[in-house]
Amino acid sequence: MPSVMLKKNAEGKLVFYVPKKDLEEVAESVEFDSPDKWGGEVLLSDGSKYYFEPINEQPDFPVTLRAKRLDSGE
Amino acid sequence: MAALTKEETEALIQEVLEVYPEQARKDRAKHLAVNDQSLEKSNKCITSNRKSQPGVMTIRGCAYAGSKGVVWGPIKDMIHISHGPVGCGQYSRAGRRNYYVGTTGINTFGTMNFTSDFQEKDIVFGGDKKLAKIMNEIEELFPLNKGISIQSECPIGLIGDDIEAVAKKANKEIGKPVVPVRCEGFRGVSQSLGHHIANDAIRDWVLENRDGDDSFPTTPYDVAVIGDYNIGGDAWASRTLLEEMGLRVVAQWSGDGTIAEMEKTPKVKLNLIHCYRSMNYIARHMEEKYKIPWIEYNFFGPTKIAESLRKIAALFDETIQEGAEKVIAKYQSEYDAVIAKYKPRLQGKRVMLYVGGLRPRHVIGAYEDLGMEVVGTGYEFGHNDDYDRTIKEMGNATLIYDDVTGYEFEEFVKRVQPDLIGSGIKEKYIFQKMGIPFRQMHSWDYSGPYHGYDGFAIFARDMDMTLNNPCWKQVKVPWKTAESSDVAVAASA
Ligand code: SF4
Repeated sequence: MPSVMLKKNAEGKLVFYVPKKDLEEVAESVEFDSPDKWGGEVLLSDGSKYYFEPINEQPDFPVTLRAKRLDSGE
Repeated sequence: MAALTKEETEALIQEVLEVYPEQARKDRAKHLAVNDQSLEKSNKCITSNRKSQPGVMTIRGCAYAGSKGVVWGPIKDMIHISHGPVGCGQYSRAGRRNYYVGTTGINTFGTMNFTSDFQEKDIVFGGDKKLAKIMNEIEELFPLNKGISIQSECPIGLIGDDIEAVAKKANKEIGKPVVPVRCEGFRGVSQSLGHHIANDAIRDWVLENRDGDDSFPTTPYDVAVIGDYNIGGDAWASRTLLEEMGLRVVAQWSGDGTIAEMEKTPKVKLNLIHCYRSMNYIARHMEEKYKIPWIEYNFFGPTKIAESLRKIAALFDETIQEGAEKVIAKYQSEYDAVIAKYKPRLQGKRVMLYVGGLRPRHVIGAYEDLGMEVVGTGYEFGHNDDYDRTIKEMGNATLIYDDVTGYEFEEFVKRVQPDLIGSGIKEKYIFQKMGIPFRQMHSWDYSGPYHGYDGFAIFARDMDMTLNNPCWKQVKVPWKTAESSDVAVAASA
């Protein structure tokens, strides 16, 4: 369960940062991304997938949340 | 010498790896790569921030060096106690040339060495009492200090002293910030973890000090310069440009910086990060907690400076954007003259770099402005995100080496035959004896500043002075002519 720091970049895309791994990646898609529901599966541009427990609002980015790694792919 | 092709560079890496035993070869192979600009991510080609192999000579420092030497040390109005035996602090004292204004020993303490000078009895019975006593003495002898940091050396973690408790107590007694830093040298694989620990200590013990206090008058143009250690005056040469374009620099982290500036940083509008490696942690923290955005910038060489000034200005209103253009125009005749003078003397020269955590990529533009080409680069303690940022800066088929060993570096140099090497003091004399011009790129070889337009003029002069120095023609021994030397060495082997 890595802690992930999330923020929006200048283009409004979600940027993923895992401090322990120096992983800095743009998110390709977020399963739930509406004003009243956010979270679920997040696919990164390097192909890896993470899962966030869905919440009933948009998080106040930038924010650190805990995620589950869904695959162990490179 | 012509540039190596991709295949030649790959072959060179294989050749160099050959002497290692199998285990070491496998490990080192992951740290050496041929640059490929088409890659988006560095982890496909290079591994970094791993423990160095036993038995090879690398150039890294320890966590204490990262915290005391780099991040905390330059904060000039605090006293930084090197807590533990005397050597760690004494042998690194005043070595980094972070310039500052002030009267040393009265209101600034940058070049002094404060240590608890551990003896056997302190190891056996613990050093907490001694530490408390030292802080009282400091208060008496140097009443104008604005705070104290405790920089742990290896033994502190080993004997389990409770420096946090001592710090809290001292903080109450003397009424100034007292910051315990757990930067024992054995933590992590290099000084890099020391930077991180130091950042975390600032986060936990300094940054919140003025939360809820709005007495500091702010402006919409407040920025903080983060990760500039004012080596040879670098931060000053940077600050003038930012101020000329209309911004107000509230804090300098940490070259020529003060604890008050750090405490005020959460009030700024934008954090400007020069050395990403050593201070991105605190910038990310401030972004999350205080919603202060941050951007990286590069003040080496006119091309990157102009790019950075415009990038910074784009985050502000038109007055700042106009200001940036004015600054660029104002200095144009100056830097054009520098290029006109030195480019003809340096054009086409090839450079190999091996520096710490930022310069291996940041200085590339400055060399290119002078018509030079960087053909090899590497970091002592960079991480993946540093290499991600390096791939696009370097040409295709150039060499990239992480935590390079003494042997590898020498072999690469023998083959690539660069016209100039930029690295540190430990590498300097080896390569000079090999007859290759060398500049120290940590301390600017006792020169500087190299940041900003003013710095670029000095940078260009220094590179020319070193590279075109007539002494290099004299270092060849008389009985070794250029043709016979290789044969002779081969025969004697
Ligand atoms: S590794 Fe330990 S003993 Fe050596 S300089 Fe660093 S803190 Fe001091």
